[in-house]
Amino acid sequence: MSTEVLEKPIVKEPAEPFLSKRRKKIVSDPLNEDNPITVQVLGICSALAVTVKLQPTLVMAIAVVFVIVFSNLIISAIRNYIPNSVRIIVQLAVIATLVTLVSEVLKAYVYDMYKILGAFVGLIITNCIVMGRLEAFAMANKAYDSVLDGLGSGFGYAWVILAVAFVRELFGSGTFFDLRILPESFPTNGLMVDSIGAFMVLGIIIWIQRSKTGYVEH
Amino acid sequence: MLTKKGGYVVQQSNFYVIRFTIILTIVLGLLLSGANQFLKEAQDKSIDLDTKKKILSAVMDISGFTEDQQILDLYAQRVESIVVDINGNKLDKDSKGTQLVAEKVNIQKQYRFKPEERHYPVFMFKGEGSGKVEAYIFPMWGAGLWDWISGFIAVKEDLVTVAGVAFDHKTETPGLGARITDDQVKDRYKGKKIYDGTGNLKPVIMLKGESNQGLSDHQVDGMSGATMTGKGVNTMIENYLKCYEPFIEKVKSGQKVALK
Repeated sequence: MSTEVLEKPIVKEPAEPFLSKRRKKIVSDPLNEDNPITVQVLGICSALAVTVKLQPTLVMAIAVVFVIVFSNLIISAIRNYIPNSVRIIVQLAVIATLVTLVSEVLKAYVYDMYKILGAFVGLIITNCIVMGRLEAFAMANKAYDSVLDGLGSGFGYAWVILAVAFVRELFGSGTFFDLRILPESFPTNGLMVDSIGAFMVLGIIIWIQRSKTGYVEH
Repeated sequence: MLTKKGGYVVQQSNFYVIRFTIILTIVLGLLLSGANQFLKEAQDKSIDLDTKKKILSAVMDISGFTEDQQILDLYAQRVESIVVDINGNKLDKDSKGTQLVAEKVNIQKQYRFKPEERHYPVFMFKGEGSGKVEAYIFPMWGAGLWDWISGFIAVKEDLVTVAGVAFDHKTETPGLGARITDDQVKDRYKGKKIYDGTGNLKPVIMLKGESNQGLSDHQVDGMSGATMTGKGVNTMIENYLKCYEPFIEKVKSGQKVALK
């Protein structure tokens, strides 16, 4: 796997501003132009599975942001000590630990959500976005930059699944965060509670986004 | 031993790799077991509350209670529980001699044992003030279309009429099989009968398709598009009523079996 080396050669320069142009770009890129779901097409599985309703989707989004940010931070902080031959296992161990922590906290304090999300929270371990960022960014960049990168990718993932969940809950159940929006008489669309509905909504989001950014796959 | 490569230091000696992985394992392991210890109490409370909510929801509407403590208080006041075996006799201790608590019996684990070896919790819902048992609540476990389904069936003091049911499921299809948790579907069971006129056990059966007419006392309307889930529910209810039948018979015949 290739690594993006954004670190400059060791030349004494004035300290980079806290939110320099380069750092802003690290956060903003994954939100739109390099979005993990719509452009890199990663993490599709969970984007389909948890987006029937907004509430579990929000919990899932928070969990993923937490895991990406902290795994990026930890891996970046110890990147100079990780033996290259076992780096993937080390990354996985850190991700798995963080995911287990999230799952345990959900079980303790929001048991209803834990019941709905149970398996999917565990599957964050296999979410390619998380490992992709560790391998491509955190292994080669400083801790603060890695946290920014984690925030960017996390929120890039979060807004897409929340958008999909908004459409699916509105037309599939006629509600918004379980508050009734559409009248009872308005027929709900069974397709939207099915994964097929998620595919269609996701496809439309990708279409709109690409027609705006002009992104073409090579 | 340490070489600079690709902008970061790469450690290559086997000894370093082994030492690194051992330290990492210990640190992460300690972190996880610490978190587990720290959260255990809150987790047990959540599970306990969830179980009690489900038990109560089989006999009454609990949507009006917003505070968790209200549920726990209500449960403590109104519900008494025991554990019985397949013959309807009260069990105080399991085979290892540990005290049995009905709320802590894991129905999913028990489901894997042979029916004769299982522990069967019984929850008795008592009238306000009178202390007289108004309903017997039996937990159930079974298989739906995709994964497990579970539930509670509450039977009135006559031990014939269904007072209500509560269902739960893991991954039944949303909008189809998952409707077993909707009030609209659960309410169909209210007032149905689990014994026929001659005193034989006759479980309530969910029919195929929706809007069936002329339902008997032992039939409830089905869920359109969810025939398999309906079948799973039927099998679950039948299996568990059969297992609880000896207990029901004992209470009916006036033997004050296990009621304190």
